[in-house]
Amino acid sequence: MKNFNFKSATSTKEATKLSSVKTTFLAGGMTLIPAMKLRLAAYSDLINIKKIKGISGIKVSSKSIRIGATTTHAEVAASKEVGKSIPSLAVLAEGIGDPQVRNRGTIGGSIANNDPAADYPSACLALNAIIHTSKRKIAADKFFKGMFETDLKKGELIESIEFQVPEKSGYAKFPNPASRYAIVGVYIAKFKNEVRAAITGAGNYVFRSNELEKALSANFSTSAIDKVNISSKELNSDIHASAEYRAHIIKVMAKKALSFS
Amino acid sequence: MAVIKIKVNGKEISREVSDSTLLSDFIRDNLLLTGTHIGCDTSQCGACVVHLNGKSVKSCTTLVADCNGDEITTIEGLSKNGKLHPMQESFKKHHGLQCGFCTPGMVMSAVDLLQKNKNPSEQEIRDWLEGNICRCTGYQGIVAAVKDAASKM
Amino acid sequence: MANLVGARIERKEDKKFLTGKGRYTADINLSNQTYAYFVRSPHARAKITKVDHSKAKKAPGVVDVFTGDSVTKDKIGGLICGWKIVSQDGKDMKCPPHPVLAKDVVNFVGDHVAVVVAETLEQAKNAAELVNVSYKLLKPVIKTEKATSFENIHEGIDNNLSFDFILGDKGKTNEAFSKADKVVKLDLVNNRLIPNAMEPRAAIGDYNTSSDELTLYTASQNPHLDRLIMSAFNAVHPEHKFRIVSPDVGGGFGSKINVYAEDVVVAYASKKIGRPVKWVAERSESFMSDNHGRDHVTHAELALKSDGKIIGLKVDTIANLGAYSLVLAAVTPTYLYAPLVLGIYDIPAACCTVKGVYTNTAPTDAYRGAGRPEATYVIERIVTEAAKEIGMDQAEFRKKNFINKFPHQQCLVHNIDSGDYNAHLDKALELSDYKNFENRRSQSAKKGKLRGIGLSTYFEACGVAPSAVVMSIGAGVGLWESAEIRFNPTGNVSVFTGTHSHGQSHDTTFAQIVGDKLGVSIENIDIVHGDTDKGPFGMGTYGSRSLAVGGTAIVKACDKIIAKGKKVAAKMLEGKPEDIDFKGGEFILKNSNKKKTIGEIAFACYLPGTFGDVKSPLPEGVEPGLIETSFFDPSNFSFPSGSHICEVEVDEETGETKLVKYTVVDDFGTVINPLIVEGQVHGGVAQGVGQALYENAHYDESGQLTSASYMDYTMPRADNLPQITIDYTCTPATSNPLGAKGCGEAGTIAAPAAVMNAVIDAVGSDVSMPATAEKVWKVLKKNGSKKAAA
Repeated sequence: MKNFNFKSATSTKEATKLSSVKTTFLAGGMTLIPAMKLRLAAYSDLINIKKIKGISGIKVSSKSIRIGATTTHAEVAASKEVGKSIPSLAVLAEGIGDPQVRNRGTIGGSIANNDPAADYPSACLALNAIIHTSKRKIAADKFFKGMFETDLKKGELIESIEFQVPEKSGYAKFPNPASRYAIVGVYIAKFKNEVRAAITGAGNYVFRSNELEKALSANFSTSAIDKVNISSKELNSDIHASAEYRAHIIKVMAKKALSFS
Repeated sequence: MAVIKIKVNGKEISREVSDSTLLSDFIRDNLLLTGTHIGCDTSQCGACVVHLNGKSVKSCTTLVADCNGDEITTIEGLSKNGKLHPMQESFKKHHGLQCGFCTPGMVMSAVDLLQKNKNPSEQEIRDWLEGNICRCTGYQGIVAAVKDAASKM
Repeated sequence: MANLVGARIERKEDKKFLTGKGRYTADINLSNQTYAYFVRSPHARAKITKVDHSKAKKAPGVVDVFTGDSVTKDKIGGLICGWKIVSQDGKDMKCPPHPVLAKDVVNFVGDHVAVVVAETLEQAKNAAELVNVSYKLLKPVIKTEKATSFENIHEGIDNNLSFDFILGDKGKTNEAFSKADKVVKLDLVNNRLIPNAMEPRAAIGDYNTSSDELTLYTASQNPHLDRLIMSAFNAVHPEHKFRIVSPDVGGGFGSKINVYAEDVVVAYASKKIGRPVKWVAERSESFMSDNHGRDHVTHAELALKSDGKIIGLKVDTIANLGAYSLVLAAVTPTYLYAPLVLGIYDIPAACCTVKGVYTNTAPTDAYRGAGRPEATYVIERIVTEAAKEIGMDQAEFRKKNFINKFPHQQCLVHNIDSGDYNAHLDKALELSDYKNFENRRSQSAKKGKLRGIGLSTYFEACGVAPSAVVMSIGAGVGLWESAEIRFNPTGNVSVFTGTHSHGQSHDTTFAQIVGDKLGVSIENIDIVHGDTDKGPFGMGTYGSRSLAVGGTAIVKACDKIIAKGKKVAAKMLEGKPEDIDFKGGEFILKNSNKKKTIGEIAFACYLPGTFGDVKSPLPEGVEPGLIETSFFDPSNFSFPSGSHICEVEVDEETGETKLVKYTVVDDFGTVINPLIVEGQVHGGVAQGVGQALYENAHYDESGQLTSASYMDYTMPRADNLPQITIDYTCTPATSNPLGAKGCGEAGTIAAPAAVMNAVIDAVGSDVSMPATAEKVWKVLKKNGSKKAAA
């Protein structure tokens, strides 16, 4: 890695103050550090946000679960409250990376990074999450902007993610056999007024599937999914899976997600 | 550069290191504890797994600056008073290692599993070891070793 | 003392590895050490028009920068091909120059162009970014089957053809085919793999400017061979002043046989700067620059009589050598492959051609099994297809065609000394409950899974081996092995072997052999390897040769120790040497109760004479000391064989394949330590499963390696593999006194065919390796599966 300064912030304010165009925030570092090691990214300063009080931990209400940005995947996976109120979210967390990644990686880091194959962004979209930042609240639908791109402004820090508790939900992932990231991950959530279906791994970045949502809103069952036509047009093709295969797997995973719900 | 205070294998250590030093490099190059290995550059292989405050992490993806005040256990710190840890004994008994390169990370990861799950099934062991790649054993001896160690810990 | 040979003994070497006290090359740090970082070609094929390292040389911490010009000026030789293959037309194979630092052209992504040596690794890396190499890009050829119709990538090598090899009698084979009732045809691709030993390669050159001694620490399977090549061909340093230490090595699988450019360059650079130079590969460098394996395109035909008897075999293969010819690059797809395509069947006529071609990809060479997995894949796929086409049970079809008299001279090369193929197949069928497979198939169908079963009855030629044979077919060296036993005065034993253990457990296995032979406990036996300054010249470890060849050299050295001991014992016990028996560590005078332990004899050998009560006279003409050396050159290869039976379940919706049952019965001849042998088979099978289902070295059209990390190259992990059931049959080898045949590669040799036969049985038509979920899904969809199409 190219040399950089390591700075720890103790408050959100301090973190923002320390940040500039040459810096970035460091939470678990599970994506950031490998990228810097491979010299795909370089910064003058890394601003550690793990010492900031109040942006870690899980708060549950009847309507939502609010998870602090620096909460690790392992903590979410092991949380009894999450398991009780949105079990699919605990399942998702339990399936991220490997145990060591889960011990260190954080929800805020995952969302801020917006890797096209990361799991959490799909939960944000499907569970109609609100991203609480140091500056504002952002609806998940407006947060994810493109591949590795979000609505976050420079120096803006995610503090917590507030997931709405659905009536039913399920997440199913078809992992890349090498990296174990999602080739396709489908998150389906049924709310009182709507069904939301988010897909990760398949496109440039996480997106909602109108086709699935429409079909499932009319009839929340696997037979409804059978009839859906998923277009492969905008989907990724790479050495791991063609767009056509991804389109097919979206349906298979959607049915699996539904069966978990 | 900053002075880092850290407890490694029970010993308080204070060293001045560059901010960009990885925990794995610090352990290997500064402390000369070369049992922690580097097998890849994408945080996949798990040869570098150590315990940070009791939990397994990949030391190649952790900054030592980020561990100030923390407690680290490496493979060298697992056996106490010359007696092998039950996991180490079990790896030996079940031929859970061949070339030995992935072994330190594999053992550290397996020990963490048993901290969380005292009696894991074969599938749970295989799932947990997702973050550790072994090219020699086909994992059969490793899985047997972890299972047997669970019965003894 | 109980027999050590045959016992499940825990490994002597384990404790150091389990406590973090192993010592791999990267763990070694020398005082005043510098760090090397290589500038590599980002292009698959290009002319180098200029290398400007002026900025790099001035960068902080840089000690020196070396380029193709430097090594040319200092007359450092290029990398060599160690085994010369002769083409059908009688001409020698063609090898392009392979400089250790490219001078005029680069031929694959990762080709070594320059090296920066600096005070720290980060400084070397930073400066390497400042080395400005100007390239004129040329169009590369990547695909194996396209090589011969592409423009020449190496000057003077027409059609990019290194050799056009033939084995067998073409006329006789054609005649057999003309009498066939049925001809079964198959087109196969044997996918390119990357060995991926978990320890990345590493090397440290350490030149002593005063004594003129050069030491190279390197992760190598064969340090003596490295030294020979680097002295004789690369002209790095004279052999007698050159020490190579290959300490603990974290897996080899063939990828650490070659002398690599990095080895030569760090040794050379250390001489140039007079300081140690350390290089450790990053994983991405390993992916790009370690030798790759396999990469064949094959057409095969099998001629049958209507009763199912095989009467002929034709195999035509194109083997991708990559950009250059490495040490065993040419022998791997020829002599290690072509004779083996016969499998364990009695086939009267066969012919195999192999075109070795150059492409702009990483060079290929031996990877676990080296030629034999490729051969086994051909024959085991085609016999399965043949059984299906003529409607015979695949096990019965195999048995009908098995060789059943030994020794058996095959129609191509090998004379198989021993075996009992029905025995291991029958045992495997029994263990795997073959007869009830259809029940299990319907059970799986109820769960919505397609179940398939695959057989692979393999043999291999190993114990590589007989100098007279291998040198007559082009090997640059004979492949005997050495051993030296130093029985120390205090009664313990140091055993020096020319083989090298990098996971194979020699410390334990060889100690078991010596323990039984000499009656010494294994705690008092130390196996020493991996240092050219310690033991005698040896050939190293590959080709499942260490036990059959190296182990035998140890046995013979033990015999010499015993023979000398008998002479000394005779004098001490006042008898004749021929009246001395040696058993369980004791020399006993026949028909008496007079005896001496081997420890007492050793003591006497070192301290001859009388001292107080101790009387230890050496007989006249017997030299003091108890050290014996032996070199063993076997008369033949050894021929392990066995049966693998694999069952898979395929998910019809996703195409995912899951291994659900895997049974192995091997005939390795004498098994020294079943615990260790099982480990070798488990690991071997895992690598074979990797080839069949997961692993693929993928180059895009421009020659970029797109599977150059563990994010993209699928290594089998714990959750990909099932429990493997293992058993044995035994027909001892006759080519060595141990009766051992070798076990290191067997799993990798047999498994790809077993797994693929099972996948194909499940889905009902051909799938190529690796049978990824998507590939299988596409086949299912094409076959009209409703679930796959949904």
